[in-house]
Amino acid sequence: MNRLLPVDNKAEGAVFIGLLILIAALPILNAFVPEGNALHVSSFQLSVWGKYLCYAVLAMSLNVLWGYTGLLCLGQCLFFALGGYAFGMYLMLMIGELGAYKSTLPDFMVFLGYTELPAHWKPFYNPFFAVAAALLVPGLVAFIFGVLAFRSRIKGVYFSILTQALTYAAALLFFRNDFTFGGNNGFTDFKFIFGADIRSDGTARGLFIASGALLIGVYWLVAWLLQTKFGKIQKAIRDSENRVRFSGYSTTHFKVFIFVLSAMIAGMAGALFVPQAGIINPGEMWPTKGLDIVVWVAVGGRGTKIGPIIGAVLVNMLKSWSTKAYPDTWLIILGFLFVFVVLFMPNGIVGLWAQGKAFLARRKSKTSPADTGSTDDTEAPGEIEKATS
Amino acid sequence: MNLSAVRQLFTLALLFAIGASISETAHADEAGTRALLVEIVHADGDDARQQLAMEGLAEEGDPIIGTFYEAYRSGNIFIKKVASSDSPLVLMKDNKDYTNLLTGESVTPSDELKPSRAGRGLRKDLKRLVDLLDLSSPDLEKRIAAADLLGKSQNPEYLPELKARLDKQTDEKVARAFREAIYICELKSGSDTEKLAAVKALGEMKSLPAKGFLETVAKEYETSTEPGARALRESTRKAIREIDDYQKIVGHIGTLFRGLSLGSVLLLVAYGLAITFGQMGVINMAHGEFIAIGGYTVYLIQNYFVNTFGVGSSAYEWYFVLSLPCAFLAAALAGALLEKGMIRFLYSRPLESLLATWGVSMILQQLFRLQFGAANVSVSAPQWLSGSYSFGGVSMSYSRIFLVAFAFLVIIVTWLLMNRTSWGLHVRATMQNRQMASSLGVPSGRVNMLTFAYGSGLAGLAGAFISQIGNVGPSMGQTYIVDSFMVVVVGGVGNLFGAALSSLGIGMVDQWLQPILGPVMGKISVLITIILFLQFKPGGLFPSRSRSLDD
Repeated sequence: MNRLLPVDNKAEGAVFIGLLILIAALPILNAFVPEGNALHVSSFQLSVWGKYLCYAVLAMSLNVLWGYTGLLCLGQCLFFALGGYAFGMYLMLMIGELGAYKSTLPDFMVFLGYTELPAHWKPFYNPFFAVAAALLVPGLVAFIFGVLAFRSRIKGVYFSILTQALTYAAALLFFRNDFTFGGNNGFTDFKFIFGADIRSDGTARGLFIASGALLIGVYWLVAWLLQTKFGKIQKAIRDSENRVRFSGYSTTHFKVFIFVLSAMIAGMAGALFVPQAGIINPGEMWPTKGLDIVVWVAVGGRGTKIGPIIGAVLVNMLKSWSTKAYPDTWLIILGFLFVFVVLFMPNGIVGLWAQGKAFLARRKSKTSPADTGSTDDTEAPGEIEKATS
Repeated sequence: MNLSAVRQLFTLALLFAIGASISETAHADEAGTRALLVEIVHADGDDARQQLAMEGLAEEGDPIIGTFYEAYRSGNIFIKKVASSDSPLVLMKDNKDYTNLLTGESVTPSDELKPSRAGRGLRKDLKRLVDLLDLSSPDLEKRIAAADLLGKSQNPEYLPELKARLDKQTDEKVARAFREAIYICELKSGSDTEKLAAVKALGEMKSLPAKGFLETVAKEYETSTEPGARALRESTRKAIREIDDYQKIVGHIGTLFRGLSLGSVLLLVAYGLAITFGQMGVINMAHGEFIAIGGYTVYLIQNYFVNTFGVGSSAYEWYFVLSLPCAFLAAALAGALLEKGMIRFLYSRPLESLLATWGVSMILQQLFRLQFGAANVSVSAPQWLSGSYSFGGVSMSYSRIFLVAFAFLVIIVTWLLMNRTSWGLHVRATMQNRQMASSLGVPSGRVNMLTFAYGSGLAGLAGAFISQIGNVGPSMGQTYIVDSFMVVVVGGVGNLFGAALSSLGIGMVDQWLQPILGPVMGKISVLITIILFLQFKPGGLFPSRSRSLDD
């Protein structure tokens, strides 16, 4: 592996460098190219791209779990939303008396008849506490759930279904008004962040650069983890958990650690997403969102470092383009895309290159008789055992 | 001709004769009542004559009295002089139509109409008559309702009437309602001894409507120092306690039934899933959309029946019966297409079947939205499914009873299919080991398709039932999909009996927790309970046994 660039091959390196250039170039184009110039990037576009980068980080967090450890989590959106809510609480308090009710309390609390800020809201006046909460709250939830789930060896599909139920339950909870998180309207109408106007160009640039930095940071972290012994065990768990356990490793500990790490990454992404999107509500943690993230990873290429980023950005670009161009049929277009990707591109966009090469190689050797052996020999012993039991 | 045929004919003839005589007496009754009513109008001013007619009328139980009273009260009774006869015609006006009160025929009015109005005394008498009218109604339900109403009014005037009629009641339920009414009346107007007896009796009857009146009595005698007040106070408290206890039991039974019906919906949804997911290992995220297919099939058939036969027609009543198999077939067809077109390529990659079917789910939802609109469509229940059956204070709607019964039918049919047919044998063999089964000659491709179609068809059936008790809309399936996956996991994947038990269990726990914690917190507690439950039994209620490690 290249020490400077954490990439495995040339194509990956090219995409990575392209990404770096994009992250560096967009704020520059926004700041220094005058408006009206064809190259100018508006602050709105910048924040749209900032959101894509947050989604990319979210997809990477899922990829750590699903791509490298084999745990398909359908509740990744919950950790993202929890991070978003934690930072959103800070942003809500920063509105101060500029809200519709001219009160220091957030508008929805005035509306619901609160006279005093609930105790668990008070520390969120401090932005650093909010950032810490955006990391720790998702981490804690993941820790509790992870310990419960992995200790009793819930895995595979069951794990997926339980994570979906978890995010469903949480969404129901957040939809309630008396949960003190704004009910189904959530948080919106933010005014200030770190003392700066949240709508100013400078803030948009700052948030975009922060998102880019988070993306690069997470990328380095994932790449570094993968080449350590830890990363090897991680992949071994994915490929055959029992063998890892029989070799004397506690797979439960590894899985809990990775789950918590992934949740914290997702929480960070959520915390950066909220000021750029300007809103957070329980819809962000609805089970369908969790499936969306899985789709981004699958489209980009599961178990590759660069795939989730490509998937998240491309699918979201397609989504925002098609919702405008084909408001009636965009869901159908996306649906067909997923079906197509799953059926014909099992390794996603990143895997297309290898898939194409293999296809050409097969075309060349068509003259020699193709092998007709069993397709999954590795599965057979287990299956026979099952049948005899 | 053999003997039994003769007997049948004879019975038939007898039935006809009885039927004819019943309708004849009913007719005679009405004619008699009409004559008496006409007499009352004619006797306007002659109190003695009117009194006589009223007494005659009190014996009659014809509903025409009620209509007449309304008309008389509001000045819609007219007298029309007829030249040829000395007794003038009495006309009753209903909206703009006039009928001859004596014969019931409609009449075209001329201008020589003289309105006739009842005097105050007569009006009061008639009012009492009408109030008591339903007490002798041939419809038992009406009789019970009338007794209830009179009891609740606590008007001592009705007490003798109720008592007089009590002995005539042969039906146990009606007699009970009469006694209840009498006791409630006595709570207000009776002497202390009567009150004591009434309180005791009401407590023993566990009369729910009497609770409020008993509480009034308890309050009334709270501070009283009169002799007998203490005994009355104590027995009133005891009676209230007895009623409360009974009310709790009724509440529990009601919860149990609601849980059973929710569990039955879950069962229908989850049974399909238990087959496609549990048996075949395919995670079908489009299962919820198959539910919607079922719901929309019912909607389409309903519309077809409305357009062809009209809403009130007797054929319309049958639309739901027809739509059950149609909903099943429509969803099963969709399932078969999905299996043939997509899922059979993904058997070795279960997590990816989840993604692909998620795509299908999005496509289908949007298609529904484009075709039927984003809002819910309305599906009405046929006459025989609306209304409810009440038993000892517990009321159960017919559609839910039908649903529970049908869910049990589905369990039995599925069990028979799986365990008593060669197809079921093939299914079980294929699910255990696909390759081994096909190498032994089981047509596993076809078995897979049919199994998947059956599971999807059950989802369609669930949708048909949900259309009767819930909403039909593009995302109706999403409401149930998370819950039903949980049902399958809790029941033990691959175990149909476990799925049945867990769906009923989850339904009941859900309904039991909801009144305590509220709908949302109840649901969240159920989900948390399930997660904790899986701590102790990770394989569900009935884990599938296997020696294979990586199952």
